[in-house]
Amino acid sequence: MIGEVLIRTVDLRRVFGGLTANDQVSIELRRGEVHALLGPNGAGKSTLINLLSGDLVASSGQVLYRGQDITHLSPHERSHIGIGRSYQKTNIFPGLTVHENCRLAAQSREPRPWRVFSDAAKWAPYRAAVAQALHLTALEDVAQRRADQLSHGQQRQLELAIVLATQPQVLLLDEPLAGMGFDESLRMLELLRGLVATHAILLVEHDMDAVFSIANRMTVMVNGNVLMTDTPENVRSSRDVQEAYLGTEEVSHD
Amino acid sequence: MSSLVKSRSRAALIALFFLMLAGFPLLDQPFYTELVTRVMILSMFAISLDLLVGYTGLISFGHAAWFGLGGYVFALLGTKYHVTNSLWLTLPAAVLVTASTAFMIGLFVLRTRGMFFIMVTLAFAQIFYFLFHDVKALGGSSDGMNLRGKPSAALGPWVPFELSNTETLYYFVMILMAALLLLMTLLLRSPLGCALQGIRENEHRMEAIGFPVFRYKLAAFTIAGGLAGLAGYLFAVLNSAVNPEMLSWHQSADVLLILILGGMGQLWGGLIGAFTFVLLQELLSSFTKLWHLWLGVTIVLVVLLLPGGMISLSERINSLWQGRRT
Repeated sequence: MIGEVLIRTVDLRRVFGGLTANDQVSIELRRGEVHALLGPNGAGKSTLINLLSGDLVASSGQVLYRGQDITHLSPHERSHIGIGRSYQKTNIFPGLTVHENCRLAAQSREPRPWRVFSDAAKWAPYRAAVAQALHLTALEDVAQRRADQLSHGQQRQLELAIVLATQPQVLLLDEPLAGMGFDESLRMLELLRGLVATHAILLVEHDMDAVFSIANRMTVMVNGNVLMTDTPENVRSSRDVQEAYLGTEEVSHD
Repeated sequence: MSSLVKSRSRAALIALFFLMLAGFPLLDQPFYTELVTRVMILSMFAISLDLLVGYTGLISFGHAAWFGLGGYVFALLGTKYHVTNSLWLTLPAAVLVTASTAFMIGLFVLRTRGMFFIMVTLAFAQIFYFLFHDVKALGGSSDGMNLRGKPSAALGPWVPFELSNTETLYYFVMILMAALLLLMTLLLRSPLGCALQGIRENEHRMEAIGFPVFRYKLAAFTIAGGLAGLAGYLFAVLNSAVNPEMLSWHQSADVLLILILGGMGQLWGGLIGAFTFVLLQELLSSFTKLWHLWLGVTIVLVVLLLPGGMISLSERINSLWQGRRT
């Protein structure tokens, strides 16, 4: 099923008061592809991720998941059909251990959440998903540490581990490398390369070397509009893109 | 290994506590037996609130509404309308009525957050207060109502126990309190309890990883309401009376204070808080007429010196002790 289109948007538009943050955005996310989203600050990248994850509701247009219209599903419903997202600002459960962070995520797949008299810590079906998420993100050694005691890099890894423990089909990753050291970034990219065969990945990232090393397809956004969607080579050589974004020496950080 | 020692000494402590509690009426001091009964009921009330405040992160300032409602269900069924005085009917009725009312009110108030939630819960509690203050059909009167008697435990011709006996009522409340603690222990480690604590930690992320947060909050609000109703029922039985003050905002504030005093988000915090609160009240009011003032001062001191409540006292002493040794 590699190449299957998992998410498609049709003329997606989002208005905040007088500001049009996304306008006529139509993109496709395919399984087996890292689809990078580029653009200067304020181009609408985060808005688009929020529209896909359900954190924001579209003003008009459609979001389709495997052909089904999901434009009006809430974030928790989208999580259940297979859309997982990570956040640019670390968004974890600070007072719980790393293991508990992942277990909660795995538990969200619980078909019977009202089983009041069972012990969540001992329930086998959660274990496999948690173990896999911890293994992939190399957090096994700190599994019993409280999340707020981790280093920044480890918290970024936990951010992703939480998403993975929900076993999504689509990964919407908002700057997963932000604030990571060189080695940590390399490991994260390696992890994403391993995941891409079975997932569709949308990547927003400011580290251009990283983006060009991993992306199969790129969408460049400017002022809420899609400037172009193409292969990394064509994007790199595009004059329009250079003018709009890559040409400016300052690579922005949100 | 050390955690095993810890959990063993903890189990021993709990066993010792319940032994002392069970032996207390043998001292044959009816006044104090009744006082401890009152404390246990307040503990149950505080523990029910802790499910919202300490475990789900929902600061309700109207929890007394469910406490009072539970008492009034018994007063209306048993005394005003002479429907039944049976313990086996009125107690479940009190829990069911409060839980289902909390469910319906929860549908509205849980749409708000933070400060607004505090205010809206207060507002709804005030509505209930005035219902029982003014509506004649609900026994409305500022004096409340004296009850016909204790609920009857009779099962047909067989009467297993008499709640009109002070000691029997004491043990009845003690067993229900122990059951509540057990229920809370099971609930908090269940998937539902873990999800509630996740909501306390980070509501937004819970939604993002697939939890219908509103429904979980509604479940917590309903359960907490039903348990507060149980405590209110017992309170009415103990006093053989109900009055609107049970639903007043003072009562909501007192139970919050009890939780803060004892320690929020700690299973035993409500219990320790209730004991401390009532003990302080009794002690201070025997010394001075200004006991409200001194109670306030004590609570401020506890909050300043022990932000985790009385329950963190042992940890605090431990860490001071170890700090001195190293």
